[in-house]
Amino acid sequence: MAEAQLPVSVWSPGEDVVEVRRAPAPGAARSFTRAFLETLRGLKTTFARVIEGPVTIQYPEEKVPVYPRFRGRHRLHRFEESGLEKCVGCSLCAAACPADCIRVVAAENTPEHRVSAGERYAAVYEINLSRCIFCGYCEVACPFDAITMGHDYELSDYDRSDLIFTKEMLLAEPLERTPLRREDE
Amino acid sequence: MMLAPALVGYAEPWWIQIIKSIVIFAVGLQLVPVVLIVERKLLGRFQGRYGPNRVGPYGLLQPLADIIKLLTKEQFRPRTAVGFLFALAPTLSILTAVAAFALIPFGDVQHIFGTRVGLYGVDLSIGPLYLFSFSAIAFYGIMLGGWSSGSKYSFLGAMRAAAQLISYEVSQGLALLGVIISAQTLSLTGIVHAQGGMWYFIPQAVGFLIFLTASFAETNRTPFDVTEADAELVAGYNTEYGGGRFASYYFAEYLNVLVVSGIVTTVFFGGWLMPFGIHPPGWVDPIVVLVKMAIITFLFIWVRATLPRLRYDQIMSLGWKVLLPLASANALLTAIVVVVTH
Ligand code: SF4
Ligand code: SF4
Repeated sequence: MAEAQLPVSVWSPGEDVVEVRRAPAPGAARSFTRAFLETLRGLKTTFARVIEGPVTIQYPEEKVPVYPRFRGRHRLHRFEESGLEKCVGCSLCAAACPADCIRVVAAENTPEHRVSAGERYAAVYEINLSRCIFCGYCEVACPFDAITMGHDYELSDYDRSDLIFTKEMLLAEPLERTPLRREDE
Repeated sequence: MMLAPALVGYAEPWWIQIIKSIVIFAVGLQLVPVVLIVERKLLGRFQGRYGPNRVGPYGLLQPLADIIKLLTKEQFRPRTAVGFLFALAPTLSILTAVAAFALIPFGDVQHIFGTRVGLYGVDLSIGPLYLFSFSAIAFYGIMLGGWSSGSKYSFLGAMRAAAQLISYEVSQGLALLGVIISAQTLSLTGIVHAQGGMWYFIPQAVGFLIFLTASFAETNRTPFDVTEADAELVAGYNTEYGGGRFASYYFAEYLNVLVVSGIVTTVFFGGWLMPFGIHPPGWVDPIVVLVKMAIITFLFIWVRATLPRLRYDQIMSLGWKVLLPLASANALLTAIVVVVTH
């Protein structure tokens, strides 16, 4: 070790300080040639990009297809044969939501006014999509598969309050604006 | 001692001079927006994207949109700015760029309508000196702009510009010296005529590379854009400028790119001469020059897309330790060769 040979009077930097050894600096001609050749290599690299062509996607016209399990805007579902809502207003989704953006107000089903298949139904069901983080926990928490994540990700709006989606909006057939990825893509 | 006035190679009456200057600048100034859009599109391609493609067909109206946007903006001036100089600086930049543009020969003397017309703004017997004197004044445009803005960033950018221009102007001049010694004339048309046998970028390859590198520095383009250095200095000397004044700076920058590519074309690539001994009719000359200029401009854009910005001390050591000795050696060697062979 280098420290062992040092005289005592010299301040020792301590064990954790290592000496940095630099390679000898290349001569002027060497470094100049190297800079020149590397520049040429760089020029080749950038020109290869021109030949390759652009890789960007012209977004509003072209869209990246989403995977089937993509977590986009939520949907609420009905039973196909009876047309009753699957959601029973149990608020489990609201409890699971880490962003606290689901609001469920449950009401009793009556024989005259039957909305869902269970005992109760969601009188109010709102998701504030400006707070949602699209984690999908609501989908996992729901015991009846009443809420699932859709494929729509084009959710910008002019007003924040327009991003609070009500039950009617979530139940409606969504516009399929986003292409789905095919098997082989 | 009487100094002989610079000889001006005018061949035509005054009214033709007025007409041709109008034509040259009408065409030349239209080239600036073209370079602008081409640069942005090419930069896009070099980076694997499209570049502007929304305004007009293929995005070709983008420069127009930019200019309209800039001209309708407020002419903002910081409270600490020195008003008169703040307004003067961009004007100086544009003025010198346009003045230098006059020098580029687009063709030989032609016979049009029975009179002799030189296809250039002016053919001076001191061509390169005129060019360097105007690029020295152009530096005031940047320096005054940066200083009179009354802002730290602008001032830093201007100081850097000063140091950089001083370092590179010397090598640029010395690099041209080799050509001037070989051609034995300072007139740019004379230099083109002297390249009848071989274009100077072959015998003067070193000079050409030095001149090109120094020109990148002169036009403040990457890899020598420490003057603007958007990452550190916001925009350097033009940080405080907006609206029409910023547009003038921008315009001058691109005009300077055109001027430099024109000079490189003239001095190293045989101006309007065609390779392989082809002698086309006179009206082809300007097209040849424009095509060559386009190729050099493409090189400028290509390098901009490739190289990162050099550090300030790297720029200085490249300028003083590499380019200057090389350029001096090149000039000296050329002088010896010319003396020995004559
Ligand atoms: S996706 Fe996550 S954040 Fe959004 S509503 Fe469901 S649980 Fe809440
Ligand atoms: S969506 Fe599912 S979890 Fe949420 S309230 Fe309805 S039934 Fe319960």
